[in-house]
Amino acid sequence: MSIDLSQFFEVFFEESFEGLDAMESELLNLEPGKEDNETINTIFRAAHSIKGGSGTFGFTSVSDFTHVLETLLDQVRDGQRTLTTEHVNLLLKSVDCLRTLLRALQAEQQPDLTEANELREKFEEILGIAETPTTVAVAESTADVTKSTYQIDFKPKPHLFKTGNEPLYMIGELGELGEIETQAFHDALPDIEQLHPDECFLSWRFFLTTDKDQKAIEEIFEWVEDDAEIIIGICGGIFDGAPKAAEQQNNEEQEVIEQTEKQSDSSPVPAVVSNVAVPSKESSKKAESQKNTETSTSIRVGIDKVDSLINMVGELVITQAMLSQIGEQEITESTITALQEGLAQLAHNTRDLQENVMRIRMLPISFVFSRFPRLVRDISQKLNKQVELKLLGEQTELDKTVMEKISDPMVHLVRNSLDHGLETPEKRIAAGKDPVGTVTLNAFHQGGNIVIEIMDDGQGLNTEKIRSKAIANGLIQEHDELSADEINELIFLPGFSTADEVSDISGRGVGMDVVRRNIQALNGSVEVASAKGVGSTFTIRLPLTLAILDGQLVQVAQHTYIIPLISIVESLQIDITKVSRVGKDLDVLRLRDEYIPIVRLYEIFNHKGAIEELDKTLLVVVESDNHKVGILVDDLLAQQQVVIKSLEANYQKVDGISGATILGDGRVSLIVDISGLIKLSGLKRPGTQELLVEQQGNEVA
Amino acid sequence: MSEHIGLNQQLSLGKQQDENQYLTFLMAGEEYGLDILAVQEIRGWEDVTAIPNAPDFVKGAINLRGTIVPIIDLRLRFGIASISYGPLTVVIVVSVQIREQQKVMGLVVDAVSDVYSISEEKAKDVPDFQDSDNGQYVNGLVNVGDKMVVLLSLAKVLDLSAKQVAQG
Repeated sequence: MSIDLSQFFEVFFEESFEGLDAMESELLNLEPGKEDNETINTIFRAAHSIKGGSGTFGFTSVSDFTHVLETLLDQVRDGQRTLTTEHVNLLLKSVDCLRTLLRALQAEQQPDLTEANELREKFEEILGIAETPTTVAVAESTADVTKSTYQIDFKPKPHLFKTGNEPLYMIGELGELGEIETQAFHDALPDIEQLHPDECFLSWRFFLTTDKDQKAIEEIFEWVEDDAEIIIGICGGIFDGAPKAAEQQNNEEQEVIEQTEKQSDSSPVPAVVSNVAVPSKESSKKAESQKNTETSTSIRVGIDKVDSLINMVGELVITQAMLSQIGEQEITESTITALQEGLAQLAHNTRDLQENVMRIRMLPISFVFSRFPRLVRDISQKLNKQVELKLLGEQTELDKTVMEKISDPMVHLVRNSLDHGLETPEKRIAAGKDPVGTVTLNAFHQGGNIVIEIMDDGQGLNTEKIRSKAIANGLIQEHDELSADEINELIFLPGFSTADEVSDISGRGVGMDVVRRNIQALNGSVEVASAKGVGSTFTIRLPLTLAILDGQLVQVAQHTYIIPLISIVESLQIDITKVSRVGKDLDVLRLRDEYIPIVRLYEIFNHKGAIEELDKTLLVVVESDNHKVGILVDDLLAQQQVVIKSLEANYQKVDGISGATILGDGRVSLIVDISGLIKLSGLKRPGTQELLVEQQGNEVA
Repeated sequence: MSEHIGLNQQLSLGKQQDENQYLTFLMAGEEYGLDILAVQEIRGWEDVTAIPNAPDFVKGAINLRGTIVPIIDLRLRFGIASISYGPLTVVIVVSVQIREQQKVMGLVVDAVSDVYSISEEKAKDVPDFQDSDNGQYVNGLVNVGDKMVVLLSLAKVLDLSAKQVAQG
């Protein structure tokens, strides 16, 4: 009969973390003094369900702590108290604290309660000094830290269930009043033959340590007064901690003998540790199963997406039935037409299904954005800067895997903007700007990519400082002439930081290079644009998903290769007069203001039969790591989305190839890895052959 | 519990303990045998997609129901002159554990021949091939009737990284 509650732990934690997120974001929305009831209610509800859940599962450290939080919120909600900035800060801190507590519990570790206790004391202090006349009663009872213990005997009559009452709910409610110790008596339980499932044979004795009065307890049992024997009495002892009720609640059928033992040693245990499961076989088993669930990550999918998938599968089944019916018929002219129609429909169904399955992995970027309001608030307070955070395009969707990996680089960029970008209010006023700086996060789709912009209206990058720093670090030579953009690019080099002081926010000198590397690992790119005194913008470009790529099919001899569309700058016919030969075998094309080295794909991949005359071929200009090269191909074929498959899985890594895919006709085609190809071609830094230092923005047309 | 299973396994394996089944194929007049449990399927030859800068015996890759499977010409792998592929040319798709990774690969051979049960004892009879390049690929030589069958060690035949080192 005893239910293993541990199977619900994961759900509880998931929901609690969500609740905490909701609390956090609502708290950030709160403007002290102007709070509206709906917001407070949302926060209250979140706190309340965390408290309820943690009580049920025996995590008393969490429920106790949430309780004081809730009391404060309750008073605010009832208009007995107005919320101050101090309160909000305290509440935010407790959200963090709760998160830590829950994490520790999730990992089956002993939670560290020092912070929780400190915060709790602060809350109790606030609650204790409440002086609003109307709330005297409440204030008194909550301020009263000495709690009394009631003994409650609850003996329902057999017909209790038939009246529609559920003792478990009542026990749960009772548990919310304070710390509860439960004993269940099952002496009345008959043999299995005589057992009526709709009759209640159990009775309970509770020891409730609470700050509420007897009336509150009576209220709970109000509805069952006539259907049960209820005796409520106050126990002599006054507990200042919780009895270790946790595991008893889990299996209510605990032996009475054991109970008496427990009772005898239920000397005041600090509330804090009592709930941590005593190490036993069971709990270690639980730990194992929990580890399993931790590694398998889950994804929440909207029911509408699932419904549309089911619809599509339904259509697919119909099409399949139709096709197999045609297959059974004799082949005539008309069946062939029907077959063609059926196949067209199948193609349509498949495409829809593919798109929708991919959409399952897509989540709105607000999942990442949502952590920034808090971050910005905390950092700006620490730095004494006034910052307004604007979030745009929160509903822009991208692949879950990409999202998980982009969040850290983004945090870094935002921190940088706050620390280095935005000025202090004094400086901003001196510069004639609004003392409140703005950081804008903007996300939008652009041709199969997602673009995330992180903009600030701060001082912009200090090119002079970057330049001198780069010279000092030996990254560039003193006589190197660099454009502003090129100087800005330097910040992405390893070991570069311009912060005069190393702060704990940013400026450790590891950073932008890691940011760039992480983003490149996702097949994306990051750029910076900056204007002195106006602000700077970091632009991150990412593919929507890692599983699908927009590709340009190209032909070399009889082979078809795929070049990722994101790296293609332009494709052109070669004007032979602008090609010059550098050294023994390197052809370079002068294209507008740049020299583009020409890479012959057939040469690198060792294919025979390709067109070798430059004027009869096409050049695909690609860019990788800010270096442009031209790839010589025989012909351009279609552009299409391709599903990336691993070549390594059954073979081995191939230089210059990043993966494979299957084309519409079932053939395998290989995807060219641009940076690998450049390495293979032996060009060291193709970009250094630029003719002019000024990079023209219009090249990327 | 575990003892129980162990016993069962031993019982069921008992019959096969001294006899393994081998799929044999023909190549340049010789008959070679593969452990039949490694064989996934047998297909006809189809066009492959060339893999750049691959050794000559790697003909390319095919799409096998959504997975990319490399195709290896066993003649070239063994240094036998290749012949043009005809209607009898078959690709034996095998699944082999190579350096702790399960890999699926296709082997181009002249023709599939037969399935034999060969006792383990007999199969273990390996001549000393130490001086021969291809000797390392051989697990044993057995006589079936009046024919001789070369039993191959797939894990070694298909370990491409090792071969490339040797070539380099």
